[in-house]
Amino acid sequence: MHDKTLAELTRSLDAGDFSSRELTQHLLGRIDRLDGQLNSFITVTHEQALAAADAADAARAAGKAGALTGLPLALKDIFCTQDVKTTAGSRMLDSFIAPYDATVVEKLKAAGTVSLGKTNMDEFAMGSSNENSHYGPVKNPWDFTAVPGGSSGGSAAAVAAGFVPAAIGTDTGGSIRQPAAFCGITGLKPTYGRVSRYGMIAYASSLDQAGPMARSAEDCALLLNAMAGHDLRDSTCVQRGVPDYTEELGTALSGLKIGLPSEYFGDGLDPQVEAAVREAIKVFESLGASVREVSLPHTHYAIPAYYVIAPAEASSNLSRYDGVRFGHRCADPVDLIDLYKRSRAEGFGDEVKRRILIGTHTLSEGFFDAYYKKAQQVRRLIRQDFLDAFEEVDVLMGPAAPTPAFDLGANKDPVSMYLQDIYTIAINLAGIPGMSVPVGFAGKRPVGLQILGSHFNESRLLNVAHQFQLATDWHRQCPALAEENA
Amino acid sequence: MQWETVIGLEVHVQLATRSKIFSGASTAFGAEPNTQACAVDLGLPGVLPVLNEAAVAMAVKFGLAIDAEIPEVSVFDRKNYFYPDLPKGYQTSQMYQPIVGAGVVEITLEDGTTKPVRVHHAHLEEDAGKSLHEDFHGMTGVDLNRAGTPLLEIVSEPDMRSAKEAAAYLKAIHSIVTYLGISDGNMAEGSMRCDVNVSVRPKGQEAFGTRAEIKNVNSFRFVERAIAFEVERQIELLEDGGKVVQETRLFDPERDETRSMRTKEEANDYRYFPCPDLLPVVLDKAYIDHLRDNLPELPAEKRARFENELGLSAYDASVLSATREMADYFEEVKDVCQDAKQAANWVQGELAGALNRENLSIANSPVSARQLGELVARVLDDTINGKAAKQVFQALWNGQGASADDIIEAQGLKQVTDTGAIEAMIDQVIADSPAQVAQYRDAEPDKRGKMIGYFVGQVMKASRGTANPQQVNELLKQKLDALC
Amino acid sequence: MALEHADVQRAAHLARLGLTDDEAARYVDDLGRILEMVDMLQALDTEGVAPLAHPLDVTQRLRADEVTERDQRSRFQQCAPAVENGLYLVPRVVE
Repeated sequence: MHDKTLAELTRSLDAGDFSSRELTQHLLGRIDRLDGQLNSFITVTHEQALAAADAADAARAAGKAGALTGLPLALKDIFCTQDVKTTAGSRMLDSFIAPYDATVVEKLKAAGTVSLGKTNMDEFAMGSSNENSHYGPVKNPWDFTAVPGGSSGGSAAAVAAGFVPAAIGTDTGGSIRQPAAFCGITGLKPTYGRVSRYGMIAYASSLDQAGPMARSAEDCALLLNAMAGHDLRDSTCVQRGVPDYTEELGTALSGLKIGLPSEYFGDGLDPQVEAAVREAIKVFESLGASVREVSLPHTHYAIPAYYVIAPAEASSNLSRYDGVRFGHRCADPVDLIDLYKRSRAEGFGDEVKRRILIGTHTLSEGFFDAYYKKAQQVRRLIRQDFLDAFEEVDVLMGPAAPTPAFDLGANKDPVSMYLQDIYTIAINLAGIPGMSVPVGFAGKRPVGLQILGSHFNESRLLNVAHQFQLATDWHRQCPALAEENA
Repeated sequence: MQWETVIGLEVHVQLATRSKIFSGASTAFGAEPNTQACAVDLGLPGVLPVLNEAAVAMAVKFGLAIDAEIPEVSVFDRKNYFYPDLPKGYQTSQMYQPIVGAGVVEITLEDGTTKPVRVHHAHLEEDAGKSLHEDFHGMTGVDLNRAGTPLLEIVSEPDMRSAKEAAAYLKAIHSIVTYLGISDGNMAEGSMRCDVNVSVRPKGQEAFGTRAEIKNVNSFRFVERAIAFEVERQIELLEDGGKVVQETRLFDPERDETRSMRTKEEANDYRYFPCPDLLPVVLDKAYIDHLRDNLPELPAEKRARFENELGLSAYDASVLSATREMADYFEEVKDVCQDAKQAANWVQGELAGALNRENLSIANSPVSARQLGELVARVLDDTINGKAAKQVFQALWNGQGASADDIIEAQGLKQVTDTGAIEAMIDQVIADSPAQVAQYRDAEPDKRGKMIGYFVGQVMKASRGTANPQQVNELLKQKLDALC
Repeated sequence: MALEHADVQRAAHLARLGLTDDEAARYVDDLGRILEMVDMLQALDTEGVAPLAHPLDVTQRLRADEVTERDQRSRFQQCAPAVENGLYLVPRVVE
């Protein structure tokens, strides 16, 4: 049961091969037995999951099952879940039981999905390896000496390990696409504004976007159908109709114009990753697509621009963690300033502090124009690169990351860690949608192909990925976990 | 040396929306602590703001009322600082692109002259909560009910030159916002608060002196007193060879002085940047035109009409147009009784006196404008005399009748103008007062005028106040003189 | 733009982050290298380019002025570190 896609599971549930309760129990059993090896979950919600599964089975029996009814999934621990601990991977929120559901959570509940729990992540989504979690690092199910990627590392590992058929992640600079690539699964970061951010703990508000992580593009389409749409509680969530994202999956790719940004195939790209990506592109050509080289001239300014904008927004977004209304509070504060300084020093981890300090510094008097304003100007140039490219081609393709999953502990230096996001970060600055699709291996470690589309063109991306997955079976590869009792 | 005072005001007006500027929580005053602080107001992890249309409309109305430019695009910024009553660690405000541009407020001074005061801009922002310092085992309690209440901050140019001008400006703002109905203007509840920037410079000098900012001055009277103190302090300091320090000061009404706040926040650096959770606010021409077309008559227009069309004195026109409640009340009295001057006299005389005595605002007057108008009408048509009118007013005030006519009827206060009836009462009084009649007869003719008062009193008493006093006077004089 | 120890201390104070001297020294180093990487932006000519705050060219939607929230104080205060009589408690604020 645990290596099936959502679409396959629905057929089995409809056929009565097993119930949602049986499926849920099976997966909870796997998590209980095997997650000790990976650490992909922070919280597993056995009781709520079984209750939801029973409700789903009842709905199915009553003939009221939808496309996602009774399907288990996991939520990155950045989504507020009512009456369930919501930590954002931080000691700051170790005791935080959210008093409300995020809009995405509400929508997925309404669709009948069964959440098995909350997955591990880099603290406040700041990281590319999941090593910045207060709850410890997550291991890559394909190779326990490798990171699963980040910040949605727990979600990616849980899907790859067969703990859940799908998980929800968030992506601020590559946090869905890079871990999806590292763990060999399919992940989609939708257009900024496509999915509500309400109840999703903010890292960088103008960049954060939630999206599905699953075994196939088809499953991502099914999940996006449930997640997308306008939300009265989020001003930045667009008022725009939601298409049925499964509708265009079957469209043939003949005539598709693919652009390969030359900047995404330059220095620093691992040869095995490049080889796997170029093989995949040949598959697309065989499916009738044409390929040409394009240029995104401002690519190399994306990381510097991002490390001004994201920390600036984060430094302000994280000011609410002050030990007053929720979250960690230091013991016996002597005065107000002590309460603030110690609660925050104790509650936040190293990388979070680093980004708060960077953001505070670059926004402060005398530096604002040189850093923040400049970065926003560069942001416009970066977006324009993509708008120009999509005048010529339908989609862009390239590697999701310059290397396969790196070793745990390999990137101790923050700047070298930041540079890992070279291919993903510009996409968030531009707000366009992007996917990562498994296209092979570099040794034991998976390689992901990134597919990019113009704003609100998720249907096309999903169609392109789905057609590839009909022609290949990289997305059906599963790692072998030791079936030992932990 | 001759000194000149330079004053600029930042007035914070709480807008009278039902819900908060960025959340659906109620803005009602006086609820139990934190019962009107929703997830958004508390800044819980994951929450987001959505802008209230009414707050935008109210800000634009104010802009239109002061003839300000309304930019097509305005943007919300975050002002970052830590304080327990500021839940998110930043205040959402407008630093760079405010919703209301430059405009002008016309102020009226006590001598009736007017002066324009320029408004630099006005911007929308959210209010903070309240810290309560009564003792919780040495702790401070934080109530966030007020957090997120919409504020319009109106920033003047440094155009005022005296405490009186500053107070007049504040009154003008108060009357504009209450006229527009965008704020209740209740200063006691903090609906209007103001920060005052004060500096002095030698008369004739162009450059401004160093200014001090006096925070949170919450009444018209305190504004005058705080400025008076501060001006004196600065002049004394300068004349003694000292220097004014640019700083924030607090006005202490108990001691009638301003004090340096000496905040530990040595270097404020608010790190303003555009709020990424809110998008640019774009107002199209049709929206602004609609608001403009529906603006009520404003205080300056009303004052001019009262003076020019209703023939009121400049003083009466100014007092009666000071607040919308006052003006509306007066106009209804006038419409009912059809005499603007009498209506003005009654509203400013009997009614204002009674309201003052019981410390009531006109909005809470026990006598409605219609009731007062009907009463004045009965005076004007001679149904009752002035004395009875005061009696009727008192009865209305005490709730002893629904209308003036009911009370006149019930208490038999209708004026007696029938000459025969009055003559009969006079004859009786003369017959009952032989001693007084004798005195009258014996008096020198020029002393008799005073003595007639006794008889008038007796006749009025006999008529229970209803006789027409003028008729009584004339007839008495005839009859008594006939006896001499 | 070089980063001094005092810059880090100042940012830490503004951000209300308690740092030991050792931590501050480490952050001077880290932040210095991050800013060095960021300084690459200065090489790019952005004269006349309007800053981009949001990836989409959309404008603010306005909410009708309606009270839609009810009192949930007890639920919200369950996750609060210190409350009394419905108030959040903090060390005494001296004005």
